[in-house]
Amino acid sequence: MNPRTFLPALVGFTVFVGFWHLATLGNSIGDLPGPWITIVGLIDVARQGLLWKNIVASVFRVAWGFSLAALIGIPLGMAFGWFPRLRNMFNPLIQALRPISPIAWLPFAVIMFGGTAMSSDLSAIFLIFLSAFFPIITSSTSAIASLDVKYVRSAENFGVNGLEFFRRVALPAALPQILTGLRLALGIAWVVVVAAEMLGVETGLGYQVMDSRNALRMDYVSAAMVVIAVIGLLLDTAMARVESTALARRGMAQR
Amino acid sequence: MSEPASKIVVRDVYKTFSTKKDDVQVLDGVNLEVREGEFLAIVGPSGCGKSTLLNCMAGFEKVTSGSIDIDGEGIVGPSRKRVFVFQETGIFPWYSVWDNIGFGLGKKMAFDEKHEIVMKYINLVGLQGFEKAFPNELSGGMKQRVEFARALAVEPDVLFLDEPFGALDAFTRLEMRREIVHIWQETKKTCILVTHDVEEAVELSDRIAVMTRRPAVVHSVIDNPNSRPRDPDDSGCRELKDQVFEILGVERRV
Ligand SMILES: Nc1ncnc2c1ncn2[C@@H]1O[C@H](COP(=O)(O)OP(=O)(O)O)[C@@H](O)[C@H]1O
Ligand SMILES: [Mg+2]
Repeated sequence: MNPRTFLPALVGFTVFVGFWHLATLGNSIGDLPGPWITIVGLIDVARQGLLWKNIVASVFRVAWGFSLAALIGIPLGMAFGWFPRLRNMFNPLIQALRPISPIAWLPFAVIMFGGTAMSSDLSAIFLIFLSAFFPIITSSTSAIASLDVKYVRSAENFGVNGLEFFRRVALPAALPQILTGLRLALGIAWVVVVAAEMLGVETGLGYQVMDSRNALRMDYVSAAMVVIAVIGLLLDTAMARVESTALARRGMAQR
Repeated sequence: MSEPASKIVVRDVYKTFSTKKDDVQVLDGVNLEVREGEFLAIVGPSGCGKSTLLNCMAGFEKVTSGSIDIDGEGIVGPSRKRVFVFQETGIFPWYSVWDNIGFGLGKKMAFDEKHEIVMKYINLVGLQGFEKAFPNELSGGMKQRVEFARALAVEPDVLFLDEPFGALDAFTRLEMRREIVHIWQETKKTCILVTHDVEEAVELSDRIAVMTRRPAVVHSVIDNPNSRPRDPDDSGCRELKDQVFEILGVERRV
């Protein structure tokens, strides 16, 4: 870890935890928990084996929803980018659906997937899918629509077309923007999974937050929040690393 | 001696761009003949339609009316026989120098054959040792050399050069001018160079086509009588420069 970025960050966290500690001084379980109580609670849920199970459940749902969104969103977005007619037809629709919070779909998702074998997983996955799909399709569309005309013409000039054009020119040219979209989407997906797990499911970090609240174990709530933060940070770091290695390998390291 | 053959014939070409707001008429009946193997420069005021004309000749843009024949046949689109070198650079940042130069050679070519061709043109443009480098590791001049090599590797008959040195610093620009004359003499391609730099046109070309302001026509085509190698400061070149500036309607201060 680079000490020039690590040390200031450590100071920031320390200041925050300090204020948190002071603000919650003298609170008991059932009130807003302080950092110490949170850590004890964290160890507690970890010991019971619940924490691990909930982490796996949330990560599993995000992995499925996000992958499906990428699998459908990238090719569809690139097609929209390449064919203006298709874009004119569907992009306004996409942009109209985009501002609807995926959480608003939750009641319908529960109806749609209710009664199936994996109903709780499916509705959460569906919400994750929605949350990740829009940033992915939007970035893929604009990446292709804004392809540098010089690249397109160079390819045309050398008779490189069709699938070969797509593989050798369009995809690599669009890659930086698509990766940025994926990273953004993963961040949103992680935010949404917690909300998606507050209704109709019995696992996951979102469920842990809701269930602990109902049991008045506020220390478990804040423990879940800490875990959510740490995993979110890890996911983003991993995604940033994927982004920079993928680009560096193609001579497009960002400066 | 017989008349040199025509490579490209541009007849009465009109070109209008239709945008959402209005129509922009750029070319207003351009006539031009490019001879086989010559180095033709096209000069004109900025924004007059030089790139547009070159894009039409290359088949990237369709003319609104008129015709462009290459080797006696109407153009239908871009072709590997006529390669375009772009202002700033059209090489791919995601490919190494080697992959960029081999880009136009096609997938079917055997590796050994491809390697031989790529190395030949890497040597021609003086980039030995940079085969594996990526464009973002190269200077502006080196990138432009890669683009020349990429164009030459498919052995085209025509090179379209759209202000290929426009983005380079003054020193590199002078160096690259010498380089392109060398390449031209070595390979005997027909070269069509668009530039707004009259001195560049005088130093490089056999003939200079001077365009008017938009909507543009080719006002006149002037022969360049100076023998190579040329010094832009000798009297013959300066006379020619003055002649071009006069047509362009610019007072030249010495
Ligand atoms: N695709 C286009 N759509 C609309 N206008 C264009 C387009 N391409 C060029 N033009 C206009 O045509 C004119 C000539 O452009 P260009 O050929 O690039 O000039 P030059 O290369 O001589 O500087 C400019 O006014 C430019 O705005
Ligand atoms: Mg131009």
